[in-house]
Amino acid sequence: MSEHHIVSPKIYFTIFGALMICTILTVFAAEVDLNRYFSGLNIIVALTIAVFKASLVVLFFMHAKYSPKRTQLVIIASVFWLAIMLFMTMSDYVSRSWI
Amino acid sequence: MHRTGELYEQYRTLEQQRETASLGMWIFLSTEVLFFGGLFMTYTLNRSTYPAIFSEASKTIKLSWGAINTVVLIGSSLTMAMSVWASQVGKRKLLTFMLIATLVLGCLFLGIKSIEYHDKYVEHHIPGWNFQFEPGADAATNAHTQLFFSLYFGMTGLHALHMIVGAGLLLWLIKESLRGRFTPEYNTPVENIGLYWHFVDIVWIFLFPLLYLIDRH
Repeated sequence: MSEHHIVSPKIYFTIFGALMICTILTVFAAEVDLNRYFSGLNIIVALTIAVFKASLVVLFFMHAKYSPKRTQLVIIASVFWLAIMLFMTMSDYVSRSWI
Repeated sequence: MHRTGELYEQYRTLEQQRETASLGMWIFLSTEVLFFGGLFMTYTLNRSTYPAIFSEASKTIKLSWGAINTVVLIGSSLTMAMSVWASQVGKRKLLTFMLIATLVLGCLFLGIKSIEYHDKYVEHHIPGWNFQFEPGADAATNAHTQLFFSLYFGMTGLHALHMIVGAGLLLWLIKESLRGRFTPEYNTPVENIGLYWHFVDIVWIFLFPLLYLIDRH
């Protein structure tokens, strides 16, 4: 046994079902003009669904939920570092005209 | 190394040994996050600079192919997870079957990608190769839509390259599973190649909405 926990096929199939529903949801949401309610709402909805789908894959398919805290910390740290890289790079470009 | 899952002297327990292998793969995946992250950054910057162009260009890639590929790839993650389970409970035939299923779905994904790439070739949407966006498009429009297509080919191409590597790893796993190498006591390669495969799936989960679902209404 590789972890304390052997994740059951039932969980895997349930998560697969949830991922399928999210995929259908994101396709339909793209067909609706959400930007007239709030500028940029379409992309916010699309990315929120994508982050949720990715979380399901990380937590259950990649066993992050059943992994030691050390591993979970490394995962969170990677995502946090990516966020810093994206944020800092974007803020550089956005502030170019200020100079 | 690890031919029989024996305990190596630097580890206190087999559990610690396995967790270390898994952590090693996660740290490699962290570097991959940054690798793709650079391209996602380029995409973010260019799309925010040319939102209308990106929307127009995105409409020329077929949503249906992208959606089918998303289902196929998530399905391959399911079969990959099932192969890990099969190795954990000692079901050798199921393990081999699930690994082959994962490979087949992965190849299906790549096949559909080839169809899409061919469509782009026929429509003259490959940057630098007789690029012409629409019959009447002027030089500026051509230049800006080429940004979208450069990112399209760059990002899906890098992703496809990762899938080809994954397919090679799966072939090795299938060969070793047929030799009966993986048992409940030792399935580390199945687990960790599984982590790699799921990561490639996650990259696509983000690529799909960002490339195919821009302002489709």
